[in-house]
Amino acid sequence: MSENFPILIVLLPLSAALLSPLFSYLHRDLGRWLVTLAIACSLGCSIGCLQQTLASGEAIHYWMGNWAPPLGIEFVIDPLNATVATVANFVALMGAIYGAPFLKKSSWLETGGYYTLYGLLATGLSGMIITGDVFNLYVFLEIASLSGYGLIAMGGQRSVLASFRYLLIGTIGASFYLLGVGYLYAITGTLNMADMAVRIVPLIDTPSFKIVVGLFIVGFGIKMALFPLHGWQPDSYTYAHPAAAALIAGIMGKVPIYACIRYFYFIFAASGAAIGMGLQIMGIMACCGIILGSVMAIAQKDFRRMLAYSSVAQIGYLIVGMALGNVYGLIGAVLHLINHAFMKGSLFLFIGGVQYRYGEVNIDKFGQLYRKMPIACWMFVIAALSMVGLPPTAGFFSKWYLVLGSMEAGPVGYFYIAIIIISSLLNAIYFFRVIEKIFINPDAGLKEVNPQKGKLELPWQMLLPILIMGIGILVLGLSNATIVSDVLQFALPEVLIK
Amino acid sequence: MTETVIVSIRPFLAVGISLLAAFLIMLSDKANPNVREAWTLLAAFGKFAIIASMMPFVWQGGVYEYTLFNIVEGIGFTLRTDACGMLFAGLSSFLWILTSFYSIGYMRGHHEKNQTGYFAAFAVCMSAAMGIAMAGNLVTLFIFFEILTVATYPLVAHKRNEEATFSGRKYLIYTLTSGQLFLAGIVFIYLFTGTTEFNAGGIAGLGEAAPVWVLQIMFFMLCLGGMIKAGMMPFHGWLVSAMVAPTPVSALLHAVAVVKAGAFVVLRIVGYVYGPQLLLEIHAADWLAYLAAFTIVTSSLIAMKQDNLKRRLAFSTVGQLSYVVLGTCILAPYSLVGAMFHIVAHAVMKITLFFCAGAIYVTTHKENISDMKGIGKQMPFTMTAFTIASLGIAGMPFIVGLISKFHIAAGALQMDEPIYVVVLIISALLSLSYLMPVSFNAFFKENEKGDFQKYGEARKDMLIPLCTTAVLAIILGIAPNFGLNLFDLAKTAAESITQGMIGGGW
Repeated sequence: MSENFPILIVLLPLSAALLSPLFSYLHRDLGRWLVTLAIACSLGCSIGCLQQTLASGEAIHYWMGNWAPPLGIEFVIDPLNATVATVANFVALMGAIYGAPFLKKSSWLETGGYYTLYGLLATGLSGMIITGDVFNLYVFLEIASLSGYGLIAMGGQRSVLASFRYLLIGTIGASFYLLGVGYLYAITGTLNMADMAVRIVPLIDTPSFKIVVGLFIVGFGIKMALFPLHGWQPDSYTYAHPAAAALIAGIMGKVPIYACIRYFYFIFAASGAAIGMGLQIMGIMACCGIILGSVMAIAQKDFRRMLAYSSVAQIGYLIVGMALGNVYGLIGAVLHLINHAFMKGSLFLFIGGVQYRYGEVNIDKFGQLYRKMPIACWMFVIAALSMVGLPPTAGFFSKWYLVLGSMEAGPVGYFYIAIIIISSLLNAIYFFRVIEKIFINPDAGLKEVNPQKGKLELPWQMLLPILIMGIGILVLGLSNATIVSDVLQFALPEVLIK
Repeated sequence: MTETVIVSIRPFLAVGISLLAAFLIMLSDKANPNVREAWTLLAAFGKFAIIASMMPFVWQGGVYEYTLFNIVEGIGFTLRTDACGMLFAGLSSFLWILTSFYSIGYMRGHHEKNQTGYFAAFAVCMSAAMGIAMAGNLVTLFIFFEILTVATYPLVAHKRNEEATFSGRKYLIYTLTSGQLFLAGIVFIYLFTGTTEFNAGGIAGLGEAAPVWVLQIMFFMLCLGGMIKAGMMPFHGWLVSAMVAPTPVSALLHAVAVVKAGAFVVLRIVGYVYGPQLLLEIHAADWLAYLAAFTIVTSSLIAMKQDNLKRRLAFSTVGQLSYVVLGTCILAPYSLVGAMFHIVAHAVMKITLFFCAGAIYVTTHKENISDMKGIGKQMPFTMTAFTIASLGIAGMPFIVGLISKFHIAAGALQMDEPIYVVVLIISALLSLSYLMPVSFNAFFKENEKGDFQKYGEARKDMLIPLCTTAVLAIILGIAPNFGLNLFDLAKTAAESITQGMIGGGW
């Protein structure tokens, strides 16, 4: 059983997603339960894989259909992607539980369809994370993207346009990636990552390879919404289905970054002038994104849109960590990937809750909200403080490693430190502004769209994920030393360790 | 000097107890206010008991230390109670008891809204102040420092009107900015020396770690966090605006915990990170001392113009805290003793003054000094306490303020810097000239409007704390080691920092 964990991570949500409409037809709740359960099992498998790979100290290789690589497709799970997969599935599980109240009044087809897309999105993301084959990664990328377009389009009237825009730009991004894979295949003759890592060594200075790096930066840059390729992102995050927003904003933007780390540090081993140049360009783009994203976030009235721009900035943090190219920087990037998934997920869960109960997303209408939704608001405060990077929340610790890495990198790093500090302060402006509205401003007299009876401020399916994610931010913060010393330390690429 | 170290979780209990109280206070929001206040008082007494139980061992030069877990890779979440930390911890935990009683009286007498949030935030602030006092390394210190920043925000913005909101924003802008620079400085120290542990006399090897100009810039960045919290000019803007907060907040947080935490951070960085030896070589502390001297004189001048009593006291705080920074940055053994003891001295005196200002406000709703003519006849105890504390601030013998000032002046002479003695004398005269008129007004002027007849003395739960602190100011002025042996703690700490180094041929 446990040797099949890698494939189960992908297979379970895939099958559940495809069966969801049928089950929903039988009973309206059944499809939802099926997908939720499958994602829960998938989470269990990810944790199992993480334990296995940490215990054995080696990567787990799973040959599909027992075809030996490089001919066959394989899944390779090392501590890095096992960690990312665990986080991804955790957020997906929270989102799956959270979605129920939104679909209470919809038809069986809508519920079933929603959970099909949701399951497929989880499948695609997990697949991208654990695959050991560059073309397979493209396949999962498309699965994730297509289901993502669907989930964004389900958000309401304006979401269709947002989704269509993302579809156009996202497809271009995926094509860039595919072109890059084509070039790589042409020069190395292999699609297996491990095999490619060996064969690419003599080709690292060829023009074709430089083109590959350029194509990947544009391709992944679009997918992760790296400035200035982020045009699609604010609309998409804003108008996405509120129940799926946590997964879309929390994980979907992060997986391409994971893929970048995998390519640049593991497959290409961060060698050659092209990679160095590429990382530097990405670093500069990231810095612009950090500042611009934060400034744009300050200008927003719509809470979701503010979060979307804040994501543009936070993606920059990850890229900065990656571009630093030292141990601290990469630890910071991966840690921030985990932390930000929790923080942004948590924030989108919060606004989803407000939207569900009051139908309001304008922060000017949040006056005295904490009296009506105390738990959600306090969890929001935790997430907000974490976004600003105040201890002892998780956000501080990833910032600590990023600043440490920047300081180590010398003069270029001082520039990054300045950017990080400025960005933290800009973050503080737009999050404390919301805190001020919620706790200090006079009551805005919101009307309940979905009245809540009883003691709970939201249905338990929504309150529970909000609570878990919020407390998770604190737990992640306090246990960060353990995460780094017991997990991330083994997840570092060999190039950096020596 | 070798220290005996006992591994004990007690420092964490001292920090944790008020954090726990904050939760309990939040949970008893809808319960009887007496239940809620019981938590505050229990935590206040409990905290003081824990601190007091650690005192005897610390007097003998011992240290309690405990590392709860690793806060980041390679750095422990460590609290240790050295003499310097215990000085601050003992002081704030004791004053918290008095302030708790006073707060309850003030908040009830004034029928404030949102009392639950107020008391909870207050308790968190005390935890953070305690953590800052006992932090064993820079990262632990930073964590409590930022918790203090965030937890003070709701107190500053407590009134929830436009002015309070604005002050809250201003406060955040100042403190968060400095906090970020502080963080960068900490990272620098960690990366270049491989440690962030406080070490009396400075972290070994820091001097060779980087060029002098880098060390100077980093010293500035590290100190900036403390300077802004301590309200040093030109960064004092937030402190004055923050006076919109309820008076007990001003009393404890703006005279004891928050601003003192700032001065304490400067002390830690000078004495325990850089060390006087290194600072004398790189001349980084000089400009800080100049700035402090400038602040001392300027703030006194500004204070004279203020008619609002709390604002006048706020500017007085700005000046008095700079005494601490000045004493620290003179780097002489005597001035370090003076700086540390001034933390105690100023706390006792200034808390009395704020208590008095609050008592007057709650009883008569007067905020301006010009309205307080003849009030001494109605509130004799309050105004007597006020006068005692005022004289203490000015440096009257037999009141605690003189002892610390005397030591700072002696330190200045040790280092051959008589200019600072001049500054101290000018400042003493200036503080007389801005505080004495208040007492004069109260006792010797006639109440023109005659509207004080209907008021009596302040409520008992406010009067008793303020009389206690006034009496304490006199007792400590005569016997500085009364109670918690705080003066000896200051001496022990100063000795460990200077390690026998004596400046100026003394």
